[in-house]
Amino acid sequence: MRILLNGDPYELDRPVTIEGLLAHLDIDPRIVAVERNLVVVKKAAFGETPVADGDQIEVVNFVGGG
Amino acid sequence: MAPDPLIIAGKTFSSRLIVGTGKYESHDVMQQAHEASGAEMVTVAVRRINVTDRAKGSMLDYIDPKRYALLPNTAGCYTADDAIRTARLGREVGLSEWVKLEVIGDEQTLFPDNEGLVEATRVLVKEGFVVLPYTNDDPVVCKKLEDAGAAAVMPLGAPIGSGLGIQNRNNIHIIKEFAGIPVIVDAGVGTASDAAVAMELGVDGVLMNTAIAGASDPVAMAEAMKLAVVAGRQARLAGRIARRRYATASSPPEGTISG
Repeated sequence: MRILLNGDPYELDRPVTIEGLLAHLDIDPRIVAVERNLVVVKKAAFGETPVADGDQIEVVNFVGGG
Repeated sequence: MAPDPLIIAGKTFSSRLIVGTGKYESHDVMQQAHEASGAEMVTVAVRRINVTDRAKGSMLDYIDPKRYALLPNTAGCYTADDAIRTARLGREVGLSEWVKLEVIGDEQTLFPDNEGLVEATRVLVKEGFVVLPYTNDDPVVCKKLEDAGAAAVMPLGAPIGSGLGIQNRNNIHIIKEFAGIPVIVDAGVGTASDAAVAMELGVDGVLMNTAIAGASDPVAMAEAMKLAVVAGRQARLAGRIARRRYATASSPPEGTISG
């Protein structure tokens, strides 16, 4: 299964949820926001939102800025 | 001085200085500068996480959420749509409705795109955001942003990161005169006197990043900015003297020994 993760192609060997994807990437879900196909996924829904083949996923966090 | 808080969208701040989190040489220096600035709100940017290398500690470990309100920005967005998406993501990261809205119209000057800014403000306000748009120093645009539901307007003093100081004092003055919401001068401050000038013009606060982070000693500059904002505010409230073309003597003209 292939998705677009933060603009780059990314291979997944099995179906996952957003929660599973973040765990796989070793990302703390508390410090990020996730967008799936241009729609924000609420943190509470990470566990029940599937990642499908061809999905465009954005994972963002806060960085320094003005 | 009696308490003179800054109130935006019902939230009270005792400091009128808002500072950024970008461009610091280390998280440690940033933390110390924040402390020295006395600020109670700090801006942050929303960016893609590095999925392959996240060895560095999170910047958020250096910002006490009990002490500082986070103000996510939409910096780097060139369309209303991108800014709206970024604002929604920022809300989800920080679990706060507040956004410093930027819709940039030109890469070299980083001047805002007025049309996109007003449009994005309207959309985000409907979605329940507290929108603080970074805008041109244009009283008409500021009025449109207020009508669109902005919680404050944040006109630039000069281009972002330029350090040129307040380029159009008259416009900033007019913006404040027209506004029924707080006015925060955002961008362009180079040194403490610029912040003081902004406050003396009557605005409600000043937002800055580079002037502190880029100073040789950011922590000392942060304190200088704190003092300048307080001094400027106090001078404004104190009521300055009128400007005159010629001298008026401070000492009595009569009784001199030459008389």
